[in-house]
Amino acid sequence: MRDSLPEKTLRAAVLVIAALALFAPIAAGLWHSASAALGHLPALGQSGPSIGPLQDLFAQPGFATALRLTLVTGFSATFVSLALAIALAAFITNGPARIVSRLLAPFLAVPHAAMAVGLAFVLAPSGWIARALAPVLGWARPPDLATVNDAFGAALTLGLVVKETPFLLLVILAALTQIPLRAHISTAQSLGYGLGAVWLKVIVPQLWPLIRLPVCVVLIYNLSVIDMALILGSSNPPTAAVLIARMFSNPDLAQILPASAGAMLLGLMAAASIAALWGGGHAIARLGPIWIRRGGRGAWAATLFSAVAMLGAGLLVLGALAMVSLLLWSLTWRWPWPMLLPESLSFAGWASAMGDFGPALQNTALIALASTALAVALAVAWLETQFKSGHEALIYLPLLIPQISFLFGMNTMLLQLGAQGSIGAVIWAHLLFVFPYMMIALTRPWRGLDPRYARAAASLGAGRLRQLWAVKLPLLLTPICAAVAIGVAVSVAQYLPTLFLGAGRIGTLTTEAVTLASSSDRRITGVVTSLQAGLPFAAYLLAFIIPKIAHRNRSALQGAAA
Amino acid sequence: MKRLITVAAFAASLATPALADWQATLDAARGQTVYWNAWGGDTRTNDFIAWASAQLDAAYGVKIQQVKLTDTAEAVSRVVSEKAAGQDTGGSVDMIWINGPNFLAMKDQGLLHGPFVADLPNAKFLDLTPTSPNSVDFTTPVGGLESPWRLAKFVFTYDSAHVAAPPETMADMAAWAAANPGRLTHPNPSDFMGATFLKQALIELSPDAAALQAPVTDAAFETVTAPLWAWYDALRPNLWRGGAAFPENQSVQDQLLNDGEIDISLSFDPASAAADIAQGLLPDTTRVFVPKGGSLGNVSFVAIPFNAAHIEGAKVVANFLLDPATQAHMQNIDVLGSYSVLDLAKLDDAAKAAFAALPTAPALPKLEDLGATLAEPHASWMTRLAEEWAKRYTN
Repeated sequence: MRDSLPEKTLRAAVLVIAALALFAPIAAGLWHSASAALGHLPALGQSGPSIGPLQDLFAQPGFATALRLTLVTGFSATFVSLALAIALAAFITNGPARIVSRLLAPFLAVPHAAMAVGLAFVLAPSGWIARALAPVLGWARPPDLATVNDAFGAALTLGLVVKETPFLLLVILAALTQIPLRAHISTAQSLGYGLGAVWLKVIVPQLWPLIRLPVCVVLIYNLSVIDMALILGSSNPPTAAVLIARMFSNPDLAQILPASAGAMLLGLMAAASIAALWGGGHAIARLGPIWIRRGGRGAWAATLFSAVAMLGAGLLVLGALAMVSLLLWSLTWRWPWPMLLPESLSFAGWASAMGDFGPALQNTALIALASTALAVALAVAWLETQFKSGHEALIYLPLLIPQISFLFGMNTMLLQLGAQGSIGAVIWAHLLFVFPYMMIALTRPWRGLDPRYARAAASLGAGRLRQLWAVKLPLLLTPICAAVAIGVAVSVAQYLPTLFLGAGRIGTLTTEAVTLASSSDRRITGVVTSLQAGLPFAAYLLAFIIPKIAHRNRSALQGAAA
Repeated sequence: MKRLITVAAFAASLATPALADWQATLDAARGQTVYWNAWGGDTRTNDFIAWASAQLDAAYGVKIQQVKLTDTAEAVSRVVSEKAAGQDTGGSVDMIWINGPNFLAMKDQGLLHGPFVADLPNAKFLDLTPTSPNSVDFTTPVGGLESPWRLAKFVFTYDSAHVAAPPETMADMAAWAAANPGRLTHPNPSDFMGATFLKQALIELSPDAAALQAPVTDAAFETVTAPLWAWYDALRPNLWRGGAAFPENQSVQDQLLNDGEIDISLSFDPASAAADIAQGLLPDTTRVFVPKGGSLGNVSFVAIPFNAAHIEGAKVVANFLLDPATQAHMQNIDVLGSYSVLDLAKLDDAAKAAFAALPTAPALPKLEDLGATLAEPHASWMTRLAEEWAKRYTN
C-alpha cells in the first residue's frame, strides 16, 4: 500500500521540485564559476581553458598566509565551540536548567556581523574592557595593542566561537533526546565513572553521528565567513575568503578570473575539510575503544569538563556584553574614550531609523516569512514522502559549499533567465539556505513521532492529508514553531544571496547593516542590528508562546522539547 | 526652491539648441524610477539622494531609488554579469556614482552609454575645456561619458586637542610618527582612500611628477616610486599597530580617531570634519589640514551603463545634479558641504548670491586654506601602487 502508484508519483514530484528549486541553481552556479576559474568569461573577451587565473591567484601577495589563516581560524573555532558546547551540555542536562537553553535565543538571533561589531567594541584597545582597566593601569590614551584584527586570527576565532557555541549547544541538546542519557549516566556512575568520563566515553561516541552534519555546516561557515572576518580578522593579509571577495570587487575587471579560481579553491578546501572531519571521526571511533577498554575512571575528566564549561560560560558573558554594548550605542549621542558609559544619550538614531529602514524592515519580514513558509511546506512534503535517507546529503549541499563559490555563477544563470533583481529571486535564494536548516530541525521530531498515531487515525478512516492535518501537525507544533523561528533567523541573516540576486535593489536590514558597518557610525549600526536581531528574536519568542497557548489543555504536550 | 529649480530648468532648456530633444527626454523620463548605484556608507549622501528624489518627483515625475553599495565595483561587476548573460537592454543599473579606475575599466570594456553630457541643458554651467577637471578623470578623457556632480579634495583631519602642530608635508609624517608612535595610520591601499594616501606622498616625493600623467611603465615605476618606498620603510614601524594592520576604509579610520586610538584621519571631502562633528561622530576639537604643497583633487561623476533600463530618467537626474540651486544646496554644510563643480563665473547673480549666503562652521576650512589642487595620476598608477604595496608589506 505504501508504494501505491500515486505515492510514487508524489514522491517523484517532490524530488523533482527540490532538484529544480535547490540543486539546479547551485550546479549552474558552480559551472559558471568553474569556467571563469579556468579563464572562460566571454563578457570580458576571455576564453579558456587556461591555468592563468590559478597562477594569478597564487601570485597574490600573502595568499599562502591567507590560506593558512583560514584553515587555522576555521578549524580551531569549530573544535573550540564543539568542546565548549559539549561541556556546557553536560552541565546543563545534569541540572534542572532547561531555562538555559531559552537564554540562547538572543545569541542565535543576533547576526554574525552584529555580534562582530559588538565584540570589536568590547575587545578593542579603546573598547569597554580597556576602558575599565584604564584608570587602574593609568592609560591616558588607548594602548597600541592588537586585541582585534590580530595577525593570528585570535579575535576572529573568538568571535566565531561566541556565535557558534550556542548553535551547537542547541543542536546537541536536541540530539540528546535520542540517547537514553539518564540511564547511561546512572549506570556509569554506579560503576564509578565521573560525569566527565561518562560523557567522553559513553555519550560523545553516540552523539557524534547525530551532530556530525551540523558540525560540518559550522566548519564550512567558519572557513568561508566574510563579514565577521572583515570586522574582527587580520587585514594584511586577510583570510582567503575576504581576499577573494576583495578581488571580486577590484576595479580591474580581469580580477574576476583569479577571484573565481579562488572561489573554486575555497570550495575544494571545504570538501577536503569535510572529508578530514569525517575521516577523523572514523579514526577516533576505531582507536577510541582501546582507550575506553582500559577502564580508567577518569577523575581528571571532571576537572577538565568544569574548566571548559567555565570558559564557555565566560565567552557567553562576553557575547552578552557585546549585545548590550550595541543596544547602548543605539541610544548614544557621544561615547568617547575613556568613559565607561555614554557621555550623552539620544533617540536620534531610532527616530531616523523609523523613516529610513521601514522599507528594509518590510522586505526583510516579507522575504523571511515567504522563504520560511515555502521551506516548511517543502520540508513537510519531503518528510512525508521520502522514507529513505539516501538523498539527504543533497539537501545540505547549499550549507556545505561556501556561498562565494557559486553565487557569482548563479547570478549569471538567473540573468539569463531574466529573473534577477526581483524579490522572487531573493526569496528563492533564501529558500536554498533556509530549507536545509528546516530539515535539520524537523527530521528528528518527524521520524521520532510514534507511527501508531497515524495508524490509529487511518483505522478511523482518515486519508493521508487528514492524518497530516489533524494528527501529525498538531502533535509536531512545537518543533515546527522552533523550525520556523530558525528559518526566519537564517533568512534575516543572509547577506551575499540578497545582494547578488536582488541586484542590490532589494534592501534588507542585513544589507543595510553591512553597508553601514563599513561606515563609522556605531550608533546607527546599533539601531540596525537591534532591529535585525529583533525580528528573529520575536520569532523565537512566538515559537515559545504559540505551542504553550495551543497546548494549554494538553498537559502531555507541554513538556515537549523544542 | 522647487520653483527656482523649475524656472532654472526652463531657462536652461530655452537656451539650448537641443530644446526639442531635451523635452523629448523629459517626456520619456516621466514615471521612471532611476536605480542610482551609489556608495551607501555616508548617511548624509544617502539623505541628499532621498531629497533629490522628492524634488525630481515633484518637478518631472522621476524618482530615484538608491542602490547602496559598499564598493563601486559591485555595480561594475553587475553590469559585467549582465553583459555576460547577453542582457543588452533593460539592465538593472541606471546610473553609477563613479570615478577613476572604475570609470577607466568600464570605458575600456565599452560598458557605458553616451556621450551624453553635452545633451544636458545645465552642462553650460560647467567648464568643459579639454584640460578642466570635468573633462579628465584620472588623466582619462571623459569624452562626455560621465557627468560631474561633486568636487572631491583630499584633506587630513586631526584632533587638535592632542596634536598641537600637524605635520606640514608628507615627508614630515615620518618624523611626526617617530615622535608619536602608533598615532598615525592609513586605510589599506586596496581601498581607494588608502591608495590616495600613497598617491599624495608619491606626488610630493617623486623626482618626476610629470611621469605620473602618462600610463605607468615598468621603468618609470621603478625610478619614480623609489623615494616613496624609502620614506614608507621609515614611516611604517611607527604606524598604528606597528604597521602590521590597517583600517579597512576611511570610515573605520574615522572611528579610530573618534575612539582616540589615533590622532590623524583623512577624507576626500573638506567639509566632512565639520559635518561629522555636527553629527556627534568626531570630537568637537577635530580640524582639517592640507599638506603645504597642496593635495589631490578630483571630480565625482555619474555615468550611465550601456544597457540601463531608464536612460532618460538617468539623464534628468544627472542634469538636476548640475542645477545651480541643487549645487548650492549640496554645498550647504548642513546638507553635504561638498564644493560645487560649476564654474561660478558662468552663473547669474542670484545663483552667486545663493552660494555666498551659505552658513559656515569652525571646522570648515576656507577655500583659500585648502591650497593648490594636484592632478590625479593616470589610473594605472593607482592600481600598480596598491599591487606593489601589497607585495612589499604583506606577510
